[in-house]
Amino acid sequence: MAETHGKPVPVPTRETLPFWEGCRRGELMIQRCGECRHFQFFPRLYCSRCMSERVEWVRASGGAEVSSFTIVRRPVSAAFAADTPYVVALVRLDEGPTMMTNIVGCSPESVRIGMAVEAVFERLTDEISLPQFRPRSG
Amino acid sequence: MPDLSATQLYVKAAKLALADAGLGKHDVDGLITCVSWAEPYLYHAEMIAEYMRIFPRYCITAPAGGGTTLTMLHHAASAIATGMCETILITMADSQVSGLSRDKAIEAMATAGHPQFERPYGPPIPAFYALIAQAHQHAYGTTDEQRAAVAVACRKHASMNPAAQMRKPIAIADVLNSRPISDPLHLLDCSLVSDGGASIVMTAAERARDFPKRPVYLLGAGEGHSHEHLSQALSLTTSAAKESGERAYAMADLGPQDIDVAELYDCFTPVVIIELEDLGFCPKGEGGRFVENGRIELGGALPVNTHGGLLSHCHPGHPGSMFAITEAVRQLRGACGVRQVADARVALVHGQGGFMSSHGTAIFGNEMV
Repeated sequence: MAETHGKPVPVPTRETLPFWEGCRRGELMIQRCGECRHFQFFPRLYCSRCMSERVEWVRASGGAEVSSFTIVRRPVSAAFAADTPYVVALVRLDEGPTMMTNIVGCSPESVRIGMAVEAVFERLTDEISLPQFRPRSG
Repeated sequence: MPDLSATQLYVKAAKLALADAGLGKHDVDGLITCVSWAEPYLYHAEMIAEYMRIFPRYCITAPAGGGTTLTMLHHAASAIATGMCETILITMADSQVSGLSRDKAIEAMATAGHPQFERPYGPPIPAFYALIAQAHQHAYGTTDEQRAAVAVACRKHASMNPAAQMRKPIAIADVLNSRPISDPLHLLDCSLVSDGGASIVMTAAERARDFPKRPVYLLGAGEGHSHEHLSQALSLTTSAAKESGERAYAMADLGPQDIDVAELYDCFTPVVIIELEDLGFCPKGEGGRFVENGRIELGGALPVNTHGGLLSHCHPGHPGSMFAITEAVRQLRGACGVRQVADARVALVHGQGGFMSSHGTAIFGNEMV
């Protein structure tokens, strides 16, 4: 894992590279099964529902809903001290899968379970942009 | 315990357990240990065997996490039942304060979470459990005060246990006024960082008959494994403790109504509330109300964590729930003094590791049923 200002920066693997390439383009990519149409995230060699290897990468809408969140008051490491307090959340994508993320672009106190959010991408390095979520506009 | 290294804690606890069983080290032909953070070895159980100069025919270093102790107990029983060995020593310890330092231990724990899909968002360990607590609160109206009642009960029991790390009684207001860590969790909703170790000896019931102290019988054991990463969990509010509990009850042919004392994994207060529900002590969503009014304290309907738990007795990491097992044994022997549960005959111990990922339940009795 590379580090930027001490924060962990994801190192793509062969399996996850299409996801991170998508993030660099500002697109949230997840997998869909070519047989049973099941959406999945994290990426896998085959469909976690029917085991078909015909999984394909598709662009998710970027829309999601907050399933749970916490306002972190004691940062995980010094690298996150300047961001504290920050929101760590689990969001359920419109397509179904759940992701961990940060909720940005609003006051931490305003985050609620069930809140509609949309993906934004924070550029960490030339290669890696991190998907985060902000309150859905409009 | 700065006077003992992590390895010394393993072998010291082993010696105490063997003495308790009236056995010598050469009676041991099976050995289970857990990995140590402070003094890691590639083949840890082999290293402990070498240190003790014993030569087991069954030798396993358990993986990591709080559920390991209970799942290993299940494996040990199976190894004995299938004839792989006769007498197993399970010894687990670590030295997180003296061997690592509190800051290094917390730093090591910061490596939890998926390296690509979770860690970049900066979740400390309490944040994972805060996500669980928040979801439970949203779904069922669980309150800060109810979570605090778990910490208060554990501390009350620890105040009656000379071996406990934190013994000064606390009130609900103390928990609510302690430093916010990761909403809705406060400092006193979180378990300790400790040095410590414990061991148990397991053998077939008939072999234990002539031991100097009364044995305790494993009546049922079960496991449930649902995910590794919290973001992959099917549910934040119902855990695989449900399956592990059902499997243990079925093996023991007992149910929650038969349990006199429960030692439940309490790395954070909301975990106990969810375990009480998933293990069938109350309906789903009512765990918060269940812990109110001293119901889980000594003298209540179901005393929980009578030694003080991870919240107040000690939490040395992977070995944490070994103390829940040794406490259950002591309760069933009637050897707990001022914190004895009157007429305790059946005890349930539950451990979980990861983020409600890996669960093990054991039911013990002071008689073979």
